[in-house]
Amino acid sequence: MTDALGRTRGVLVLGGTSEIGLAIARALVGRGARHVWLAGRDEAAMHAAAEALRPAEVHTRPFDALDPASHSPAIDAAFAAGGVDVVVLAFAVLDDQRTYEANPASGAAAASTNFTGGVSAGLHAAQALAAQGHGTLVVLSSVAASRPRRSNYVYGAAKAGLDFFARGLAEALRGTGARVLVVRPGFVRTRMTAGLRPLPFATTPEAVADDVVGALDRGASVAWSPSLVRWVAFALRVMPAALLRRLDRRR
Amino acid sequence: MIPHPDWRVLHGWGGTAPAGARLVRTGTPEAVRTALVTAERRRVIARGLGRSYGDAAQVAGGDVLALAALTGAVRLDAEAGTVTAPSGARLGALLRLLMPRGWMLPVLPGTAHVTVGGAIAADVHGKSHHRDGSFGAHVNSLTLLTPDGTAHHLSRSEDAEAFHTTLGGMGLTGVVTEATLRLERIASTYVVARAQVTTDLDGTMHALASADAAHRWSVAWLDLTGGCASLGRGIVEHADPAPLEVLPPRALARPLAPRRARQLGVPPLPVSVVNRVTVRALNEARYALAQRAPNASIRHIEAYLFPLDVLDAWPRLYGPHGFLQYQFIVPFGAEATLHEVVRRVAAGPVPVALAVLKRFGASEGGPLSFPQRGWTLTLDLPAARPEVLGPLLDGCDDLVAAAGGRIYLAKDARMRADVVPAMYPRLAEWQAVRNRLDPEGRMTSDLDRRLNLSGRHG
Repeated sequence: MTDALGRTRGVLVLGGTSEIGLAIARALVGRGARHVWLAGRDEAAMHAAAEALRPAEVHTRPFDALDPASHSPAIDAAFAAGGVDVVVLAFAVLDDQRTYEANPASGAAAASTNFTGGVSAGLHAAQALAAQGHGTLVVLSSVAASRPRRSNYVYGAAKAGLDFFARGLAEALRGTGARVLVVRPGFVRTRMTAGLRPLPFATTPEAVADDVVGALDRGASVAWSPSLVRWVAFALRVMPAALLRRLDRRR
Repeated sequence: MIPHPDWRVLHGWGGTAPAGARLVRTGTPEAVRTALVTAERRRVIARGLGRSYGDAAQVAGGDVLALAALTGAVRLDAEAGTVTAPSGARLGALLRLLMPRGWMLPVLPGTAHVTVGGAIAADVHGKSHHRDGSFGAHVNSLTLLTPDGTAHHLSRSEDAEAFHTTLGGMGLTGVVTEATLRLERIASTYVVARAQVTTDLDGTMHALASADAAHRWSVAWLDLTGGCASLGRGIVEHADPAPLEVLPPRALARPLAPRRARQLGVPPLPVSVVNRVTVRALNEARYALAQRAPNASIRHIEAYLFPLDVLDAWPRLYGPHGFLQYQFIVPFGAEATLHEVVRRVAAGPVPVALAVLKRFGASEGGPLSFPQRGWTLTLDLPAARPEVLGPLLDGCDDLVAAAGGRIYLAKDARMRADVVPAMYPRLAEWQAVRNRLDPEGRMTSDLDRRLNLSGRHG
């Protein structure tokens, strides 16, 4: 369980090589977490990441967002050991929008990872958290879910769906002792966004992790990172379509 | 997604670290036995009125037995001067029965809203500890149901080891269903209370030490909002039972009357109203009032011993994030440690809403009982700024442990497991007896899991 000052003992990262997911785990280890479970496809990369998570004890599990059958075993194994206080739903893929348009199957696969995988893993994790009566499911949404844009609407649509799902899940968990935190980062410089032109207020995985830890401390249900991005999202939502198109074309 | 119809989110009096669990209503010893036996491999802990500040009376994902429902007939043995009560009986309710008959419980904590079982599990203390020891010292015997469903009658002559392991055992040895408590005779339910205003911490400690030598009850309230010079100024309050001849006519007409309690409620507040400004103002006002107050006053003992009971649900003043109560004891001679903790916390990130100093005398207690001879300081702190407050209090824990002191488990909600063995040197002895009573380790709480008291959560 977390203590009165929100110190966590164990973290499970779904998407065990996600840079933001790992940064959140590192931040929680810095605040005293002793166990980290990394669930992902790339065993070697997860082992490499484990080094940076010392002195916590790191365990890895095979987990594939596209294979819902892998979700329950990975999540149950972490919970069986006891002491998972935070689950981070971190996995996501992002390719160029034009690749998705040229090859619709690749767009569907990305949506399956980013949305369908999140629904399956999110439901499993929520059930495990509810049964143990405490803990927080951190769902990584995105500012891209604010409004459809020419440049990333496949990714944005999946994140919008995931965001909607996570807020509903938060309601379903009321009264169980477990909670959901929806995190909406702006543009984060990672492998996934390498080669893209950064948006204003671009941030880093470490900064997002700090904001997530702060939101966990406050018991918040939604966190924007950096907090200014909330107003960027607001501006995106109310902006006339013509202006948004012009901005998108210049990018 | 609620796992069971009886699922409830529970937390301690401080309102921190909530946990979902199955709340099982246990109104009779038989219901307790059934709940224990049918829980199979689930984790179990008993809960009284939820007045422990941290996570002692909850077990996330397990079964919490609602023992406040276990009330019923109370047997007063006037010849022996004892009362036998079910463990769910509230101390305030017992007083209501005992006081008109000229009896009282010798040790009462700062609130009447605790159960007999809870008072035993935490081995609570009161303002008379320097004379009377802790609650456990006045427990003659008790009935303990262990998780296998067996009832054990325990006393100083019947399995004394298990008896002492249960006193202050934080409910981890089983479920107490009934206890026989030693009483004292009273002539009236009134006390003569006196207050003395002091100007700094040394002055407060000195005044408290002299009050202890002469008076039945004593405690000091400290103001930790002032600057260096006035830090720890306070009001030393002491009191003694009022003889009939000093009572005013109205009290003399019914000298044994219980108090007719008026309670004010606090609604749930969206934000904390405890901040530097309000705390400072309240401290100034309290100090100024005490300076003007008359030297001695006749007060009802319940008003004197349970000052905060006039305000129901007062932790709501701290808003949704709740508060911590940091209570430690250091032996006499470790005054430097007390000063250092006061200095650090007063300079810390959150205001000290309430600070209470008390001297403990010798204590019988159990291996896990909190009281020992020394100075005990209690600090109420908003549970805010965890990134600063956490390391600050961790550092204070280390100072306290190094001085041979300890933290009160019934108040704790944040301590690290690794400092516990130094604070409670008889932990291994306690674990051995606990494991004999509950070999499968079924009795556990979030406190136990966090601090690994039972040695089974390493």
